[in-house]
Amino acid sequence: MSHTEPVDRSTKSLGSTVFWRLAEDIPRPLQTGLMIASIAVPLLLWWLLTTFGSIDPTFLPSPANVITAFGRLWSTGELLQDTVASLWRVGVGFFMAVLCSIPVGVLMGSFASIRALLEPLFGLVRYMPAPAFIPLLILYLGIGEEPKITLIFIGVFFFNSLMVMDTVKFVPKDLIEATYTLGGNRLQTLLQVIFPHVLPGILDASRINLAAAWQLVIVSELIAATEGLGRRISVAGRFLRTDEIFVGLIVIGVIGLIFDLFFQYLLRVSCRWAAQKR
Amino acid sequence: MFLEINNLHKHFNTKTGNLVVLKDINMEIQRGEFICAVGASGSGKSTLLRQIAGLDQPTSGEVKVDGEVITGPGPDRGMVFQHYTLFPWMTVQQNTEFGLKLQRLSKKERREKASTYLEVVGLSKFAKSLPSELSGGMKQRVAIARALASEPKVLLLDEPFGALDVHTKELMHQFMLELWERTHLTVFMITHDVEEAVFLSNRIYALGARPGTVRREMSIKLPERTQHVKRNSTFHDYRDELMEIMRGHGQEALIAA
Repeated sequence: MSHTEPVDRSTKSLGSTVFWRLAEDIPRPLQTGLMIASIAVPLLLWWLLTTFGSIDPTFLPSPANVITAFGRLWSTGELLQDTVASLWRVGVGFFMAVLCSIPVGVLMGSFASIRALLEPLFGLVRYMPAPAFIPLLILYLGIGEEPKITLIFIGVFFFNSLMVMDTVKFVPKDLIEATYTLGGNRLQTLLQVIFPHVLPGILDASRINLAAAWQLVIVSELIAATEGLGRRISVAGRFLRTDEIFVGLIVIGVIGLIFDLFFQYLLRVSCRWAAQKR
Repeated sequence: MFLEINNLHKHFNTKTGNLVVLKDINMEIQRGEFICAVGASGSGKSTLLRQIAGLDQPTSGEVKVDGEVITGPGPDRGMVFQHYTLFPWMTVQQNTEFGLKLQRLSKKERREKASTYLEVVGLSKFAKSLPSELSGGMKQRVAIARALASEPKVLLLDEPFGALDVHTKELMHQFMLELWERTHLTVFMITHDVEEAVFLSNRIYALGARPGTVRREMSIKLPERTQHVKRNSTFHDYRDELMEIMRGHGQEALIAA
C-alpha cells in the first residue's frame, strides 16, 4: 500500500524544461532550428522517398521533377499568367468585401440597433458554404470573371463583418465614456476612438479571411475557368501531370504565406501600440 | 452654490426587482472645495459620480453645476476613471490634447494648453511616450492633465488611486494637494479609503450602503497636510469616526454580499 512508503516531497516541485515551457518563449537558436526543420524534414523525406523508394513518378514526382516542371511552366509564361489571373480575382473580390465589411462590422458592433437588424441574416448566410453558391452564380452571372469575384465576395464579406463586429465588443466602455466626458459626440467617438481601437482587430480578421478568399478562388477555378492556378491543377490532373499539380500547390501555398507575412507587417507598422501585445 | 445635488434617487430594474442604489442624496459644494464621498462597496458612490458626470440619468432629482441642470456628459466636468483610460495608440501629448481636439480648438492652442498641463503634472519629458511605457501613477497624472486641459468647472475623481501601490499613492496624494492649492479647482472624489479622504478633503460625505444615503457630513480641519499629520490625534479622530459610521452597517453588507 502506498501509505507505508513516505512520499518524497522533493520530487513534488515542478521540474525545469526548455522544450515544454507553457506559454513562454524558447531560446532564439532553438526556435530558428525548429522552424527550419519544419520545412526541411518533410522536404528531406520527400526526396528520400522518391530517390530510394522506387515510386511511380506519376504518383509522386521527385523534387527534381517538380523543379523541372516549374522551369517549364515558367519559361512558357503559363505559370505567371495563371498566377496573375488568380491574384487578380482574389485582389478584386477580397478588396471589395473588406471595404464593405469594415463599415458594416463597425456599425454592427457599435449600435445594438444595427446589430439586431443584420446579425440574424449574416449569421444564417455565414453557415452557407460559399462554394454552394457556385451553381447559382453561374446561373445568374455566367462563367466569366463575375461569378468568381462574387463568390470570393460572399465568402469573405459575411465572415469579415461578423469578425469585425466582435472586435468592436472589446473596446472598453470606460474608453468610450472617457471620450464623452472630454466633450466628444457619438460620431467623433466612433471615428476617433472606436475605429482606431479596432483597427488591429480588423487587420487580423482580414488576414484570416484572406486565406479563405485564396481557397475560394482556387475552388472556383477548378470548376470553370480558362486560366488560373486552380485551372492549372485541374488540367494537370486530367493529363496525369502530377509534377505540375505539385508546382500549382506549392505556388498557392507560398503566395498565401506571403499574404500572411504582409498583413503581419502591416499590423506592426500601422499599430505599434497593439503589435507589442501580440 | 456651485455643485448641487437635489433629492437624487437612482433605481435599477434588475431580474430580482427594483434595486434602490441611491436614496435621497443632497449635497452642496462651493467653488474651490475638495470634497470626498466615502463609502464601502454597495454605497452607490460610483453611481453617484456617474450622475454628476452625466453618464447616467437619475431616476428622480437633479444635479446642477454652476446653476445648470446636468443632462449628459461634457468637458465642463473633467473625469478621471479608476481604471486607466488613456488611448493606447496616442502619445501622452496626443492624449492630453484629445479633449481639445474633440472641442475643435486650433492645433496651436491645443499644443500650448496640453503642454501647460503636462508641465503641471510633471510629465513634459514623457510627451512622446505611449501609455504602455508609463507607470500606473504616471498614467493617472496624464489622465488628470487630459481632464484639466479642457479647464473644467469640476474635477471628478473615481477612486483614481485605487490601483496604485502604497508609496505611489502617497506621492499622488501630495501631488493632488499641490495641484489643488495651485489651481483652486473644485474637486469631487469618491473613495473607500478613509485615510485618503481625511488627508485630502475639506469636507467629507460619508455614505451608507444599500441603499446609498448620506449618513454624515463632516468638515475636516487639519493643522497641516503632510504625511506627518497622519500621526496626529485629530487625524485619528476623523478616521475613527468615519470608520465607525461605515462599520455601523458593515454586518448587513456582509450578509448581503
